[in-house]
Amino acid sequence: MTLLSLKNLKLGYDDNVVIKDASFTLEEGDFACVVGANGSGKSTLIRGILGLIKPQAGEVKYGGDLDHTKIGYLPQESRADSNFPATVEEVVLSGCLGHMQFRPFYHRDERNHAANSLKTLGISKLKKKSFSSLSGGQKQKVLLARSLSATERLLVLDEPSNNLDYDSRKDFYKTLKKLNKEYNLTIIMITHDLDADDLIGNKVIAIDEGVVKMTTTEKYLEGYQK
Amino acid sequence: MIEMFSHPFMIRALLVGLMISVCAALVGVSLVLRKNSMIGDGLSHTAFSAFALATVLGLTPLYFALPIVVIASFFVLRLSQNRKLHGDAAIAVLSASSLAIGTLAISLSKGVNIDLNSYLFGSILAVGWLDVVLSAILAFAIIMLYVFAYHRIFAITFDEEFAKSVGIKTGVYDAIFAAICSVVVVLGMRLLGSLLISSLIIFPTLTAMRLRKSFRGIALMAVCVSALAFVIGLVLSYLLATPTGATVVIVNLVVFVVAALVRAIKD
Repeated sequence: MTLLSLKNLKLGYDDNVVIKDASFTLEEGDFACVVGANGSGKSTLIRGILGLIKPQAGEVKYGGDLDHTKIGYLPQESRADSNFPATVEEVVLSGCLGHMQFRPFYHRDERNHAANSLKTLGISKLKKKSFSSLSGGQKQKVLLARSLSATERLLVLDEPSNNLDYDSRKDFYKTLKKLNKEYNLTIIMITHDLDADDLIGNKVIAIDEGVVKMTTTEKYLEGYQK
Repeated sequence: MIEMFSHPFMIRALLVGLMISVCAALVGVSLVLRKNSMIGDGLSHTAFSAFALATVLGLTPLYFALPIVVIASFFVLRLSQNRKLHGDAAIAVLSASSLAIGTLAISLSKGVNIDLNSYLFGSILAVGWLDVVLSAILAFAIIMLYVFAYHRIFAITFDEEFAKSVGIKTGVYDAIFAAICSVVVVLGMRLLGSLLISSLIIFPTLTAMRLRKSFRGIALMAVCVSALAFVIGLVLSYLLATPTGATVVIVNLVVFVVAALVRAIKD
């Protein structure tokens, strides 16, 4: 099933065009890494996919029962103030807000859902901990759990491994692969550097001078080596 | 102690002060944690110039200042969100200009006897029954907002970008908070003065952050600290015959220092 299709999408801020033309389709179960130089518009592209900025032209179509509030987004780490006073549970529960329409309080469904997200990532024991007391890798997993609470289909991650050390990064990627394989979650992930180790998915979305192209990781790496 | 509350103006000051302290603490939690504390400061200076202009023009200060400051708050909010303009610098410029306009307006109006001090540093005598009614409405509104939108306020404060992505209308909440903040400032500055009111927004949250680790804990603790510090400040200022606004701020400072020490010892 096609989960996401972009058709001649043009994105930017005010008069400034960042993404000139993005057309691709993402199938259910795909794991796509977004690559491109600094300032090439990787974040802009995913903000467009999430509906956080309006397209200047073209369209974003979601497949099945997906809509833009049911995507599990993980913004760049800098956004979640690391000293913010919150318990892990409070953070993960906030992922459920998209399903609640105007209901003010969490029901048992949301609490179960959040508990499941923690369990899936193997961090149930952190539930009552203070978010600010966690290590970088743990924080990132908690934020991933929040994204899991928000979606059943599509994760969109903006440089999730940016501030992680080598081991935490490896561990985080392992978790993502597991989510992709075992839970059939579709993933779009921005990777900061062009290290082949970071291209852990089956697809690559490459941005070059505002033009967005999607290929398989294999083909991308062949071209990269030449 | 009992004698001090035999004066109606003291009762009014107590009621308004308590309700404003609660509101200021709740607004503060969101503003401070989002690093938007300067908004309160900018608004208090705008309120000063609005009050000064109203007096010079012979208008009722409260009716004139309230809409002006609410409008200014939306403007300040835009400024603070605009990265290109250096929001913090823009707010500082607005603060200084407002203060200058207010001071000029007062000095140019010959024949009008205005006590500049009471605007800058507050006066418990300036608080009327209208203030009591308005602060009760405000307190009710913000407590309801916190009760029914608590989880959304948390999400926006923690991570605005994520909150937007799950469909929360962050702009609407920003506007509501800016409006509430301006009403807090306008009602509170008559009691505590425009130079001191912003501390009532900032101090309780900073203190609560030393004592509690969850968002809910900080919000509740900030409310308690704020209300308690106000009552102690008011009583002390009466007993020692000191200015109320300054006394309340000093009490807040002392409580903050104690909380910081407690935290340091615990860690």
